[in-house]
Amino acid sequence: MRLAIIATLAAAALAAGCATTPEQQAPVSVEERAAKPAPVETKPIARVDLTSKPAAANPLKDPNNILSKRSIYFDFDKYDIKDEFRPQIEAHAKYLRENPGAKMLMQGNADERGSREYNLGLGQRRSDSVKRALTLLGAKDNQIESVSLGEEKPVCTEHAEDCWAKNRRGDMLYNGEY
Amino acid sequence: MLTRLRAFLGAVLLLITPLAAAQLSIEITGAGAPRMPIAVAPFPGEGALGPGITSIVRADLERSGLFRGLEVPPLAPAPTEASTVNYAEWRSRLADALVLGSVAARPDGRYEVRFRLYDVVKQASLGGIAYTLSKEQVRATAHRIADFVYEKLTGEKGVFSTRIAYVVKRGNRFELQIADADGAGEEAALVSFEPIISPAWSPDGRKLAYVSFENKKPVVYVHSLVDGKRNVIANFRGSNSAPAWSPDGAKLAVTLSREGGSQIFLLNADGSGLRRLTSSAAIDTEPRFSGDGQWIYFTSDRGGSPQIYRMPAAGGEPQRITFEGSYNVTPRLSPDGKTLAYITLNEGKFQVALLDLSNRQVQIITDSDRDESPSFAPNGRMILLATVIGERGVLSAVSSDGRVKQRLSVTAGDVREPAWGPFTE
Repeated sequence: MRLAIIATLAAAALAAGCATTPEQQAPVSVEERAAKPAPVETKPIARVDLTSKPAAANPLKDPNNILSKRSIYFDFDKYDIKDEFRPQIEAHAKYLRENPGAKMLMQGNADERGSREYNLGLGQRRSDSVKRALTLLGAKDNQIESVSLGEEKPVCTEHAEDCWAKNRRGDMLYNGEY
Repeated sequence: MLTRLRAFLGAVLLLITPLAAAQLSIEITGAGAPRMPIAVAPFPGEGALGPGITSIVRADLERSGLFRGLEVPPLAPAPTEASTVNYAEWRSRLADALVLGSVAARPDGRYEVRFRLYDVVKQASLGGIAYTLSKEQVRATAHRIADFVYEKLTGEKGVFSTRIAYVVKRGNRFELQIADADGAGEEAALVSFEPIISPAWSPDGRKLAYVSFENKKPVVYVHSLVDGKRNVIANFRGSNSAPAWSPDGAKLAVTLSREGGSQIFLLNADGSGLRRLTSSAAIDTEPRFSGDGQWIYFTSDRGGSPQIYRMPAAGGEPQRITFEGSYNVTPRLSPDGKTLAYITLNEGKFQVALLDLSNRQVQIITDSDRDESPSFAPNGRMILLATVIGERGVLSAVSSDGRVKQRLSVTAGDVREPAWGPFTE
């Protein structure tokens, strides 16, 4: 600022001492310059960060997305879908509708009591039941294969009801996951 | 240091487990009717063969529950099948029957076993046989001798030379094992990281049909025990399970979910010619042919609870067979077709029941509480089954009158899904 004033004074003195100048140019006032500043333009660098993947890339894997919920639990000797699992079924049906290339393997499971082959039938009833619900909500029949693992793949191996309840289960697997 | 030692021991255990576990041991836990006392005298020369051939014969006969093996003191001179039998002396040892024999080395490196069976009471020879064998065939030879003795003395064929199949779960491995009927000589036909269930012997004993989950769903295979070749027999959309051979080995009944639900289908043994047999909204599964091929027995919950039904093998109207109780599954016909073994839920316990098909009488023949997969010996005398003792799956056997009970156990792992193989020539 002080430099600018000195420069202005010097210019004024120069102009005053120079009579050959027919028309005096109006000195550029300091105020006038300050009123129109040149904008400082900085362009941000487009950063690629490989260390933190956005969690929302795959909705099927996003723990905050209902689509990451894949298990449905059933009551003893039952295969109807309980109300608490309705939103989950609806979300997966929507996903299958919107992604016609998506395929699902629906695995039904049973608890360990009784015949292995009859339990395979009970698990099939459960996976068929989920498949029916998904197709009623618009998923295509050929997108879903319903199968049974019977009592052969328990997630819980103690011989008690709270464990059996975890094994009376349907699991949804998408292509690439089985 | 301690942890390092533990890791080392762990590694050693891993290495030795397959060997240590490679044999079922059998324990007779109950004996029934009066048993016939039989003396099996040591065969002179049998020491050259390794495992004592006469001790295997004696163990086989005792395991049937029909014989009591007598201790035979060392005799000089040791009697052979060529000796003159002193019946009075054997009678004084309380023997009703006597086996004498000998083992001789042959110039070709093989061995010759000769034996003869005597009825001590009637003072008569009941015949004998000579076998040539290599050292590796000692067990097979002993089982044949026991079969000969058993048949001569009971009038029924012995099952000591037959084989059994079962599944062992060891850690995360599933092994389909084949062993002699006494549990010895275990050999794995299939090892997998996924479950294997429902092994079923072809009538000629050369193949096993079973369900494997190696493709993340149940698929039916037929596996040749001769060359290890495996054929996919049923891999339709959905679940494929519960294979059962027709008595002529030409067809298999299976349970498929391809048309929704679990329904019974028939196909040729090569997987062709699929035909649906049941059409219900129920679970129809666990088909089994009757020995004459006329009927298929199966489990169905069409009446509200799982019960056993039968239908003509070509399909047709099913008739209900079991009425008592709310859970009757896994039908298995006796070889003579007169008795149906199955699993019943009896006061909270899953047990083996026998239904006499002529008079409809039901008898529960086990006292365990988590029985599965009953399987008749091919002579109908014993039933092999899976049960749970101390949170571990074990095999057990019960005589079809319920009087003799045996437990077979492996030293490690869970054993399940037994299937007794057929008579083979």
